[in-house]
Amino acid sequence: MSFVNYMAREINCKVVYYGPGLCGKTTNLQYIYERASPESKGKMISLATETDRTLFFDFLPLSLGEIRGFKTRFHLYTVPGQVFYDASRKLILKGADAVVFVADSQEARLEANLESMDNLKQNLLENNLDLDKGLPFVIQYNKRDLPDVTSVEELHKLLNPNDVPEHEAVARTGLGVFDTLKSVAKLIVAELKKQQTV
Amino acid sequence: MGNPQMVMYEEEFNQIQHVVDRLVKDANARVVFIVDKNGQLIAAGGDAENVDTTSLASLTAGNIAATGGMAKLLKENEFATQFHEGEKANIHIQLVGNRVILVVIFDAKSSLGLVRLRVRKASDDLNAIFEKLLKKVQEPGADSPFAEITDEDIDNLFND
Repeated sequence: MSFVNYMAREINCKVVYYGPGLCGKTTNLQYIYERASPESKGKMISLATETDRTLFFDFLPLSLGEIRGFKTRFHLYTVPGQVFYDASRKLILKGADAVVFVADSQEARLEANLESMDNLKQNLLENNLDLDKGLPFVIQYNKRDLPDVTSVEELHKLLNPNDVPEHEAVARTGLGVFDTLKSVAKLIVAELKKQQTV
Repeated sequence: MGNPQMVMYEEEFNQIQHVVDRLVKDANARVVFIVDKNGQLIAAGGDAENVDTTSLASLTAGNIAATGGMAKLLKENEFATQFHEGEKANIHIQLVGNRVILVVIFDAKSSLGLVRLRVRKASDDLNAIFEKLLKKVQEPGADSPFAEITDEDIDNLFND
């Protein structure tokens, strides 16, 4: 649910990075945080365990350009990927304007990707959100630099039946990270326009 | 999509800011701010420039969401009030109308009793303002600057 503030002339949107444990959601945010200009970013918050696994969420506020005289501010969140943190994942999806699904391309993680995608759909429905009803959605195939990865064609077939925008990435080096972000930001703005013209 | 958009207009913003500023004074608070349940900052007052209100807003919303989750498991509706006591700073968090969150940060210059008392009055005022705002947003025919967004506008977002 975007928040349009006519007084401050700002549009605020919430983007949630979703995906199986250790797929690189936090790494995406860390790369954006490192590369974004100081005036466009706020502090990055990570609520993590002592072993650096996400416990509740990561949060990164980011300003992009202006649109029709309104500043655009994106609040990027990640969910904890580990299966048993499902209650927390549900909470973080609340009010999301868009979702980025980060898939782990390694063959060994194929099952985990499918399970996480099913879990996403389920949790979205519980929040009255639906990928099949126009919620802005982008898929990132991460870790393309590793050996034993599933082909993009295969991943596309299994994870992207609706043919939403998809990007290959190596989040650790930043490859594809900003492409993914731009792609999701564009979908959000396009959706904002659609909502206003209905 | 199921979620209606949250919109803030000048008139209501000024009314909300007035409530916030008055609460800072009446409760002897250091900072007062209002966040929606998704973590978006709506208004802030007091010594807000010296605290990271954006981060606090998202953490507060996360906190309320987690507490709400616990309430649900216990078949409670909500835990509407939270209080965190530190050595120097204290935080009082109040859910208003199950819609927005009112946060008061205070130190030894104030007391929990006073903050509670003043928050109660401010909550009623805020509730009335947000009710009105919600009605206004649902009225058809409000002009929107976004209906005219072009593809070029969208591309320009990334001209940096």
